[in-house]
Amino acid sequence: MHRRELSVVNNRTAKITPSAIIALSTVRNERIRLPYFLRYYRDLGVDHFLFVDNDSDDGTREYLAAQTDVSIWTTKASYKESAFGVHWLTHLQRRYCHRHWCLTVDVDEFLVYPFCETRPLRALTDWLDASAVRSFSAMLLDMYPKGPIQARPYVEGQNPFDIAQWFDSGNYTLKRNNWNGNLWIQGGPRARAFFADDPYAAPALNKIPLVNWDRSYAYVSSTHMLLPRGLNLVFDDKGGEKPSGCLLHAKFLDTFATKAAEEMTRGQHYADSQEYIAYQQALASQPDLWCKFSEKYINWRQLEILGLMSKGNWA
Amino acid sequence: MSVGFVMLCHTALQRAAETARHWASRDCPVVIHVDKRVGQADYDTLASALSDLTNIRFSSRYPCEWGTWGILAATQAASAVMLRDFADVRHVFLASGSCLPLRPVADLKAYLASRPRVDFIESVTTGDVGWTVGGLDTERFTLRFPFSWRKHRRLFDGYVKLQRRVRFKRRVPAGLVPHLGSQWWCLTRATLSAILDSPDRAEIDRYFKLVWIPDESYFQTLVRRYSSTVESRSLTLSKFDFQGKPHIFYDDHLQLLRRSDCFVARKIWPHADKIYHNFLHGDAANQASAEPNPGKIDRLFSKAVERRVKGRAGLYMQSRMPSADRENGRTAAPYSVFEGFAELFENFEAWLGKVAGTRAHGHLFAPGRVEFAGGETVFSGALSDSARMRDYQPKSFLTNLIWNTRGERQCFQFGPLDLQEISWFMAGDANAQISVISGAWIIPLFHSNQNFGDIRREAARLQKVEADHLNILSSQWTKARVRIWTLAEFVENPMEPLQSIIDEISPRSLRRLTEAPRLADLKGFGQFLQNLRNQGMQPVLMGDFPTGEDPYPAASRRGRPYLVK
Repeated sequence: MHRRELSVVNNRTAKITPSAIIALSTVRNERIRLPYFLRYYRDLGVDHFLFVDNDSDDGTREYLAAQTDVSIWTTKASYKESAFGVHWLTHLQRRYCHRHWCLTVDVDEFLVYPFCETRPLRALTDWLDASAVRSFSAMLLDMYPKGPIQARPYVEGQNPFDIAQWFDSGNYTLKRNNWNGNLWIQGGPRARAFFADDPYAAPALNKIPLVNWDRSYAYVSSTHMLLPRGLNLVFDDKGGEKPSGCLLHAKFLDTFATKAAEEMTRGQHYADSQEYIAYQQALASQPDLWCKFSEKYINWRQLEILGLMSKGNWA
Repeated sequence: MSVGFVMLCHTALQRAAETARHWASRDCPVVIHVDKRVGQADYDTLASALSDLTNIRFSSRYPCEWGTWGILAATQAASAVMLRDFADVRHVFLASGSCLPLRPVADLKAYLASRPRVDFIESVTTGDVGWTVGGLDTERFTLRFPFSWRKHRRLFDGYVKLQRRVRFKRRVPAGLVPHLGSQWWCLTRATLSAILDSPDRAEIDRYFKLVWIPDESYFQTLVRRYSSTVESRSLTLSKFDFQGKPHIFYDDHLQLLRRSDCFVARKIWPHADKIYHNFLHGDAANQASAEPNPGKIDRLFSKAVERRVKGRAGLYMQSRMPSADRENGRTAAPYSVFEGFAELFENFEAWLGKVAGTRAHGHLFAPGRVEFAGGETVFSGALSDSARMRDYQPKSFLTNLIWNTRGERQCFQFGPLDLQEISWFMAGDANAQISVISGAWIIPLFHSNQNFGDIRREAARLQKVEADHLNILSSQWTKARVRIWTLAEFVENPMEPLQSIIDEISPRSLRRLTEAPRLADLKGFGQFLQNLRNQGMQPVLMGDFPTGEDPYPAASRRGRPYLVK
């Protein structure tokens, strides 16, 4: 099985306390992003990180192994065959995350939730516990710079949203997936710029990254949906609003072009890397995702007012 | 004479200890009850942390599961200790481990000293409370509740149902009138001791043991029997949300709490360091000694509950996805749909934008591309003009557009050439103002230079599409504000309908229209319709145009015939 594909690099999970909040991520050659990623989530109050390194050769593994709040495993196995890292992380979740609040994110995803400037992540998870809520939705919000994405190179340790400051505020489509009970959200700059002729194929943006984990749970497809299905009911269908956040997506930096080229040759992404084929074609013409109706990011309150996320009844 | 605090604690014992120390060291005796379900080690830590204070007692421990008698047993036991051990306590204040004093103890003492006989306890008859969750108000007192709501929900619900079916009713002990209210009170020694030492207490306790959530009714009911002066409000600021769980205060509520002038607040998040530091160790003595005023906090929390229960109308997002007809408003704001106007008038959009001061789009649902106002390729919210993206989910497109442009009314053209899928949605939307000149779509055909056979075929097709659309608009489910004129009617007298539509769009302007849009040239139109009839097609939606006669004086191309002074 997939757990045999993982070999331990540094296991510090003995440090996980019963109330610890755990973050999980799969990485491949993300060395330049790691310092800011770790700092961001440590500041929010993540207590321990579990990483699966998929055969990096840029020092990612060594850097992570040296961090005192990180446990890391490595594998050379196929990303695609592990359902894009899901199987590897599921194994770690079953083993180490039972009865922990558990945040599953990529290293280019940054969680924003109501009151995140003044209340740490634990305030949110305590409140969710008190409300008997097991999972928390945070839609993926693609952020992009003004001008070609290669124009301003990203520097290690930098806040990526100093460069990618812009986002689409109101062009998202929603559908209910009756089989799994989750919502299917599409839209944003990727749909607008790369999938205008085939909107059905545009990437899914619905995500449920924060879950009070139980060993019987499993992510089905990336962090878009979970089993059991009740965990996907993060929305109210009677007109009310449940609390939700956003995952600011720092994908569209100068690093993206190299990544897209690499992923093309590996063919290890969803639907035969169809997404990356579309990017590759569009990137050749130095695209500018910015338009005059792009919104400049200020803070979570702005996202709340725009209706991209909600405080629900958390006040 | 002083005030003593009875504290019921079950979690965050460190914070409870801090608060207890705050009160005790300011000469207020404290009796602490710790939930029996808390481990012995934690209990011992708490006890030893407070062992240096002589005016703190610990009472015998009961398991305190929500909604059960245990909480009440704990309150009784701790209150008895308070009355027994601290003879000069005049008021007993019931608090929880997550309560926090917001005003100096001296303030509270002075407040109570000037009201020596007043019992502060929210106590409302069952008929008058609106806040009970789950609909159990009177039945709390007339049914039996032996099963835990938290652990055995099915048994709980089943037993309630069974009792309802067999019409079981408990008798309320004589002399008691059931009252409900907040669990947190402040009672005088006289009242509290009368309740605890009552000769029929055994009987009353037996009754309340099977009442649902007795901590919200026991003292609230009995106080009516013994108290001389009941002030029916709690001195503890405690707000509940729609699930019946208390709202929690965080560091960012600091200023709000300061300005509330309440004596005690719950519940405070145990890690809200700033709040705890500020109120327990800070210098709050220079505050004005006003009456408690929780109004602002009330508003904040009732807004939060409203957001959770009703949400923002017209918003569809990751955590708000109402099923059909649960939307509480399909779209966010009123908008206007014009059908046939752009065909009958020249430059209608430009005219409309000018006189109504709104955003006037072309055919938003046109087959080729989205005709945003001004020919924009993207619009508010970065909506794309791609017809494919719009057609992928037309409903989302429309709701997004209306949501993105809140504050600016949107108008757009619609007709039988456009995507019809959206018809039902607009018709059922109370925000839609739909004005139709039926049959006007034929004017571009009339002007076109196609073969008559093609025109005839196309006219027949469009007539069918529009007829279906009009059927939808006149269905019983339609909530939109719909006005329909035939082309013939409208041409006869265009100004009046235009005026009433514009008045509805911008009711404040109250200006008469001084400039009419220019009508398209209809010279020979009657004959054109007759030709269609002669070819076997029956144009019905346009109304009656007399053959051979033009619908308005031919001179109208000169000047503006419908100018109104």
